[in-house]
Amino acid sequence: MAAAAALEAVAPTGALWGLVHDFVMGQQEGPADQVAADVKSGSYTVLQVVEALGSSLESPEPRTRARGIQLLSQVLLQCQSLLLEKEVVHLILFYENRLKDHHLVIPSVLQGLRALSLCVALPPGLAVSVLKAIFQEVHVQSLPQMDRHTVYSIITNFMQTREEELKGLGADFTFGFIQVMDGEKDPRNLLVAFRIVHDLISRDYSLGPFVEELFEVTSCYFPIDFTPPPNDPHGIQREDLILSLRAVLASTPRFAEFLLPLLIEKVDSEILSAKLDSLQTLNACCAVYGQKELKDFLPSLWASIRREVFQTASERVEADGLAALHSLTACLSRSVLRADAEDFLDSFLSNILQDCRHHLCEPDMKLVWPSAKLLQAAAGASARACDHITSNVLPLLLEQFHKHSQSNQRRTILEMILGFLKLHQKWSYEDKDERPLNGFKDQLCSLVFMALTDPSTQLQLVGIRTLAVLGAQPDLLSSGDLELAVGHLYRLSFLEEDSQSWVAALEASGALAALYPVAFSSHLVPKLAEELCRGELDLTRGDEPTKCSRRLRCLQALSAASTHPSIVKETLPVLLQHLCQMNKGNMVAGTSEVIAVCQSLQQVAEKCQRDPESCWYFHQTALPCLLALAVQASMPEKEHSVLRKVLLEDEVLAAMVSVIGTATTHLSPDLAAQSVARIVPLFLDGNISFLPENSFPCRFQPFQDGSSGQRRLVALLMGFVCSLPRNVEIPQLNQLMRELVELSCCPSCPSSSTAAAKCFAGLLNKLPAGQQLDEFLQLAVDRVEAGLSPGPCRSQAFTLLLWVTKALVLRYHPLSSCLTDRLMGLLSDPELGPAAADGFSLLMSDCTDVLTRAGHAEVRIMFRQRFFTDNVPALVQGFHAASRDVKPNYLKGLSHVLNRLPQPVLLPELPTLLSLLLEALSCSDCVVQLSTLSCLQPLLLEAPQVMSLHVDTLVTKFLNLSSSPSMLLPYKPQVIRALAKPLDDKKRLVRKEAVSARGEWFLLGSPGS
Amino acid sequence: MVGGGGGVGSGLLENANPLIYERSGERPVTAGEEDEQVPDSIDAREIFDLIRSINDPEHPLTLEELNVVEQVRVQVSDPESTVAVAFTPTIPHCSMATLIGLSIKVKLLRSLPQRFKMDVHITPGTHASEHAVNKQLADKERVAAALENTHLLEVVNQCLSARS
Repeated sequence: MAAAAALEAVAPTGALWGLVHDFVMGQQEGPADQVAADVKSGSYTVLQVVEALGSSLESPEPRTRARGIQLLSQVLLQCQSLLLEKEVVHLILFYENRLKDHHLVIPSVLQGLRALSLCVALPPGLAVSVLKAIFQEVHVQSLPQMDRHTVYSIITNFMQTREEELKGLGADFTFGFIQVMDGEKDPRNLLVAFRIVHDLISRDYSLGPFVEELFEVTSCYFPIDFTPPPNDPHGIQREDLILSLRAVLASTPRFAEFLLPLLIEKVDSEILSAKLDSLQTLNACCAVYGQKELKDFLPSLWASIRREVFQTASERVEADGLAALHSLTACLSRSVLRADAEDFLDSFLSNILQDCRHHLCEPDMKLVWPSAKLLQAAAGASARACDHITSNVLPLLLEQFHKHSQSNQRRTILEMILGFLKLHQKWSYEDKDERPLNGFKDQLCSLVFMALTDPSTQLQLVGIRTLAVLGAQPDLLSSGDLELAVGHLYRLSFLEEDSQSWVAALEASGALAALYPVAFSSHLVPKLAEELCRGELDLTRGDEPTKCSRRLRCLQALSAASTHPSIVKETLPVLLQHLCQMNKGNMVAGTSEVIAVCQSLQQVAEKCQRDPESCWYFHQTALPCLLALAVQASMPEKEHSVLRKVLLEDEVLAAMVSVIGTATTHLSPDLAAQSVARIVPLFLDGNISFLPENSFPCRFQPFQDGSSGQRRLVALLMGFVCSLPRNVEIPQLNQLMRELVELSCCPSCPSSSTAAAKCFAGLLNKLPAGQQLDEFLQLAVDRVEAGLSPGPCRSQAFTLLLWVTKALVLRYHPLSSCLTDRLMGLLSDPELGPAAADGFSLLMSDCTDVLTRAGHAEVRIMFRQRFFTDNVPALVQGFHAASRDVKPNYLKGLSHVLNRLPQPVLLPELPTLLSLLLEALSCSDCVVQLSTLSCLQPLLLEAPQVMSLHVDTLVTKFLNLSSSPSMLLPYKPQVIRALAKPLDDKKRLVRKEAVSARGEWFLLGSPGS
Repeated sequence: MVGGGGGVGSGLLENANPLIYERSGERPVTAGEEDEQVPDSIDAREIFDLIRSINDPEHPLTLEELNVVEQVRVQVSDPESTVAVAFTPTIPHCSMATLIGLSIKVKLLRSLPQRFKMDVHITPGTHASEHAVNKQLADKERVAAALENTHLLEVVNQCLSARS
């Protein structure tokens, strides 16, 4: 037994000798991993490996020694965690000694040291000794790239784990490293080296007298000029190097005296990238610099930045120049000064003012805007800078505004003022009296009011924006100013609808009303209400378009100003009152006007959504009123007022549905429950008790009654119940669903049956899975199947099927595939086929009234992709199997599906579908053509190579032409010659197109284009 | 061809702070232009529209914004196939004058029917070496030779490219 054990102990060692021999003498690579694996598994120790290597490590032949050390190093790299402290000490001594060896050996020695630098068991003191040995024995820059990289890795490893020890070396470590990296050229190594320098500085290693050397050894790469070779496997971009070098250069104020002159020199250079890099680096430096570092260079820095911003044609240079000036000013503002020290901020800003001021007085000249931008960049840096600059510039600009009388000059000046005012919003002033704008308030206001009354739209526009900014300054405007401002806004709300000032005035009303609700509810809302009343009276005497449009303006102005809950309490009654007046007064109110009121209501409702209280106020005020009007309108009566008919029109109902939906989606569940407990009984039982005016000549029974007017109102019910939060329980749900299915298949009135189908689908989508849902689904399926059999209500049954399918597709319900198949089957139906094809468009698109995410419907994000994957193969198959006359239906369905699909999903499927799509192009239906074209168009741009394989020669040419200029070049002379003819066309519009096309062709492939 | 025009993009601009003029809007399309039967003759505004958006060689501005070209300085006769454009350098010593003239000339060459005889010259009395520049611009062979010069063609094309 003992003999066997001894044999076993010997055997692996024997194997080790074999492996070592194969590696060292046999030049095979495999054994290294084998040995490492055996050491890891404990078959033998590192010591045994060293013993086995013995003779080769001592061989007089350097190649053999190198090979031996290489094996040891590779084993150590994999097994360094197993080493004992005692072993590490010996290995380090050995390796340090080997650094003096032949140059062939050095790469392997460095690998070994790298392995040991990762070793936890390394005793204190050895890291320093290794580094000293490397600094002393190895001339790093004469090594190949890989080995230089190894040296950087050793240093990085030690810096991560032995920081304290390395700091013990003092500045010698820094000096050693400077020598290591001096002359480095490889971008991979530079990234590591820059990282090391950054750590040296940021972790506070001693730089001693070597600050300038360290700066020199890194700044010599600035600005980085590196273009990665094509097919570079290392993926290092120019930007990586730029950022890591910038991190080094901008990491310490100690570099400032060397770096700032360099940056100034490079900003002044001719090369765009150097300018940009220098400005960005300066920007980064300002984060760590203070007045002390900057003070000597401020005049030169300002001169360079000014020149760049004044003269450049490049927006990037301008933007970076402004950013640099901003940071410089911020840096100067931030520095803490001794009591007796000079504050360089003031003199710096005075310099800027001196160079820019006079340009502000020439609003027609080119430098006016660059000057304003420079001043604003500086003023935006700190409250102090802002005060200093605006207290100088504002009086000047106010004076200039009055000196110049032309509207466009005034506009430029006011626009500059606006820029400075906006900057003030950044700083909050504790003390009211200290606010620097207070002194200018009256002048600013009178100037803004002058602008608002100017005939020039552009000046008005800037005036409105300035007014909004002044209003946003807390406690600046007095109540008198506000009254005047509101007066102007009132006047501006009656401008032409398409004018920009009108849009801006409404926006400003909204913004200011939220801040000053009292001013608006006392000065604006009453005037608008009065104007609307006057309009109502006028309405009886004929309808002039101007009066009608004045009323529309009032409505829009009312909704725009409803940005504060207290204003809503004033405007909502006015709007509802107006609607009632239109109803009562027997006035001639067109559909469009009723819709306009609804749109205003909807905008108010949207603004209420943010505030739960106003949301509920709107809901419980507007809904009963709208429903009462609608119910009233649906009553059979001898003398219909005109409005009553109008209220039942599809477009008006749709507008009301959207008001109701918007007023419902944001309700809290308990308030929604209160509301639903009144509205559902209204429709199911005719319970009208909650309506404000509820004396009607007969009962309201939309589900039982034969009158089509009452049935139409189911749309309003839909707008409400389909917008409720999902967790609100709907009373009498069972009865409601049955009634809806019943009505949806009723052949008398298409719009009410569609509304019923949509309502049913909307509710179905939100129901939790379970027995109740299954029952309703069964109910619908039965009804659809019965309806689809030949008879009078096939199209109603189809509509129900379509909406139910949509409701299920959106929520990934398992039954959806079954229903989709049924729908696809209808594509070959001679009667319903075209409708079924259009149905695919509905399935894939987003609705606005029901089944919306905003209305809390369950809409899974990937439903389109899923629908595509599940159904397109069947559609394609169906197309091939279909008879000639119904084939277009399949194409149409397909193109609807593809049209709505995100491109990344579509691209991989393209090769199989393309031939079909091209067939769709020759389909006579123009909807199919359009839909297919819009589907192909992005593909032409994205994947010309895929396309070109499939399209016939003519189209291929066209595609190639449209996608790559090099393909176009051969045609250049031909096209230019051909386009000469239309240059002389008798029609100007033709000539214009020919000129622009020919101009482009001339530029193609030509220098400078 | 362009004497002393090496200053593009280098050093200080000759006229760093020029006066800027407003751009005119797009020409409105009239009912007559929409009517296929009515011929629209080439008029001064049409020529002006061709050249007003040419970029200045040293500023990021158009010739219209610098008032170098104006509609009143365009004379055109469609029946006689002649067009004359006078342009006004921003300063009398502008070294870019020839380059600007060349750009206008090239733009017209590329955009007008071949039948047109075109004359591009400096507005009388607005430039120091007016006569010399006009002579160069009128010389067909020198214009053709200038466009063989890649560097010059590049600058001209930049002036004629639409600003992005």
